[in-house]
Amino acid sequence: MSIELKMPALSPTMEEGTLAKWLVKEGDTVKSGDILAEIETDKATMEFEAVDEGVIGKLLVAEGTEGVKVGTVIAVIGDEGEAAPAPAPASVAAAASAPVAAAPAERPAPAPRKADPAVPAGTNMKMSTVREALRDAMAEEMRRDSRVFVMGEEVAEYQGAYKVTQGLLEEFGPTRVIDTPITEYGFAGIGTGAAMGGLRPVVEFMTFNFAMQAIDHIINSAAKTNYMSGGQMRCPVVFRGPNGAASRVGAQHSQNYGPWYASVPGLVVIAPYDAADAKGLLKAAIRCEDPVVFLENELVYGRSFELPELDDHVLPIGKARIMREGKDVTIVSYSIGVGFALEAAELLAAEGIEAEVLDLRTLRPLDKEAVLTSLAKTNRLVVAEEGWPQCSIASEVMAICMEEGFDHLDAPVLRVCDEDVPLPYAANLEKAAIIDAARIAAAVRKVCYR
Amino acid sequence: MAKKPTAAAAAKAAAATEETFALRSLQEAHAANKRYAASDEELLHFYEQMLLIRRFEEKAGQLYGLGLIGGFCHLYIGQEAVAVGLQSALEAGKDSVITGYRDHGHMLAYGIDPKVIMAELTGRAAGISRGKGGSMHMFSTDHKFYGGHGIVGAQVPLGAGLAFAHKYRGDGGVCMAYFGDGAANQGQVYEAFNMASLWKLPIVFVVENNGYAMGTAVKRGSAETEFYRRGTAFRIPGMDVNGMDVLEVRAAANIALDYVRAGNGPVLMELNTYRYRGHSMSDPAKYRSREEVQEMRDKHDPIEGAKAELLARGVAEDRIKEIDKRIRSIVAESADFAENSPEPEMTELYTDVLVESY
Repeated sequence: MSIELKMPALSPTMEEGTLAKWLVKEGDTVKSGDILAEIETDKATMEFEAVDEGVIGKLLVAEGTEGVKVGTVIAVIGDEGEAAPAPAPASVAAAASAPVAAAPAERPAPAPRKADPAVPAGTNMKMSTVREALRDAMAEEMRRDSRVFVMGEEVAEYQGAYKVTQGLLEEFGPTRVIDTPITEYGFAGIGTGAAMGGLRPVVEFMTFNFAMQAIDHIINSAAKTNYMSGGQMRCPVVFRGPNGAASRVGAQHSQNYGPWYASVPGLVVIAPYDAADAKGLLKAAIRCEDPVVFLENELVYGRSFELPELDDHVLPIGKARIMREGKDVTIVSYSIGVGFALEAAELLAAEGIEAEVLDLRTLRPLDKEAVLTSLAKTNRLVVAEEGWPQCSIASEVMAICMEEGFDHLDAPVLRVCDEDVPLPYAANLEKAAIIDAARIAAAVRKVCYR
Repeated sequence: MAKKPTAAAAAKAAAATEETFALRSLQEAHAANKRYAASDEELLHFYEQMLLIRRFEEKAGQLYGLGLIGGFCHLYIGQEAVAVGLQSALEAGKDSVITGYRDHGHMLAYGIDPKVIMAELTGRAAGISRGKGGSMHMFSTDHKFYGGHGIVGAQVPLGAGLAFAHKYRGDGGVCMAYFGDGAANQGQVYEAFNMASLWKLPIVFVVENNGYAMGTAVKRGSAETEFYRRGTAFRIPGMDVNGMDVLEVRAAANIALDYVRAGNGPVLMELNTYRYRGHSMSDPAKYRSREEVQEMRDKHDPIEGAKAELLARGVAEDRIKEIDKRIRSIVAESADFAENSPEPEMTELYTDVLVESY
């Protein structure tokens, strides 16, 4: 009897991968534990092991194929002595479709999108993943300023737990790209102290969930010292890493800390969505004299966006950006929520509702003016936030609309947030707990009385 | 029949001996040469600095009683020899110092103007933090004094970060990071020990063991009460030092700094000392007897000790009296300044939150 070998999911967020290398050939006998292939995921190159014994019948996906979807049949193993079996029709179809899927390795972003006014008109654009944009931002700033260094767990030799720091060790060496032990409180304190001592540390948290161990240094040491010292003590540190829900990692690893940090005076809090903002704002964060919490999103790392080809693409901190213009309603969001908001705007456009999508980009200081200007134009507003509703950025934006935009409101402001529960593991429950385009669209219809 | 030890076991035993030696070597060097051979002038200077701290703190206590100082105020009385002895061995403008909330003494020992310190305690615009920090949150980047931190133990990784910056820049500086016997039980201290040793950071960790973590006697809060041993697990050599004798402190500081400056990584010093006053001004200190405090004052006082030694050396009593007089006037002047300076302008409420405007 033959066994189908399928493209394995080798990380919680992997949807597809590259079949980098076959380590067996047709006709080889394999046993459990033998390495069959090397597969490149969104995070790393992994070895794919045999679980069953038998003879390799057919290799269905060629070495070097990119974008092989998880679950695609990549090879067939037959019993010993059994002739290489003909692959089942379904497998053929899957294999045949693999090279097609390979063309764009990363999921394209929804269109149409408004050009960023901060980028000069006529600038050449290239496609880049958010992951590469973040890496390039750090590399460029490290080339520019010898005080900039990167520290964190697995940032150097491992090339980053999520590959964000890939290649930095090679270029800048171990004095500037520093692997720390698993000791968040300690290295957040060391990074903060190094900033007080005049350096420009970029402290990576493998995820912001682990920064809970270090939150004392972020708030009590980094955010407050300039004020408490009457302006003497600078602390130009950047704390960065993925934030918010990833995929199926359960409640302790899935949480949006945007509202937590955004409530603290003395911090700058940035949460970009696309590659251009990730790069331009991370460069600004590294140059900034204030301590910055820079919140990324694991699910967005692999997405490709247009990135301006500029020698020095630096964006202003504290400025929101209109991602899509519209006249009927404003959807305010940030980070991964912007993707859902843009999707919702597409759905709504088909129904004749023109939604304006505003990406806050910086959560502290919050660009009130941009929110109020858009509200004055559309008179209706929905906030979409991948995070809990209570004491959220959404609550803050709603308060701003009430306090300073009341006269412009034609309907109550609504918020679309995650369910008010710890994030469940089961796929169906997790899906039910997290915001999506359909829920945002429903809220928009409500404020438009449609 | 007894087995012959294998070569591997012998090598392991030899390595263990060597390791034990390395960890104990600084302590042994200290034991062999306990006291710093200060000249009369140096000892007079130490005496003057310790006396300044003592009188300053007494005055701060008075001003607190008068309601001129608010909030928490932790006095350094009794511990003066520690900051003075250690910091006299540092190089001003090159080495950095960081401590916790009991910070007045370390600032005075680093030559920071008593007037701006006292004015900070009274919350005035002329205070070193413009009245926005208070007793626990004072800094002087000019003097490389980096605070003044109110969260128990937080200054230890921050100090390791300052040491990291010294090493990164190759400026030859060393960081001296002070913390108490209470802070020594915080987990982040050991996270910092591990990384400081791993990366051979130029830092001297100083445990000021004054016997009580607020109201908890050391033996009630610490499984290992010999704090200088606590670096062993991280291969950090320890030193057990009498913190009530400024010359012993200074001698130990020289040994520690030589070791750190040679690129060997951190040293952990335990300075055994005593605070005469409560943990803070609001502490009734019911957890210890009057006799215990009196015994320390009578027999181990660092200032009286230095004075007796000066007299025994034949230094004229007039010179000591002259110092006493000068210190009294400096402290009185700083109190006047602190009392009579204006409070911060209301606009100060909104300044220094962020450095840049966005």
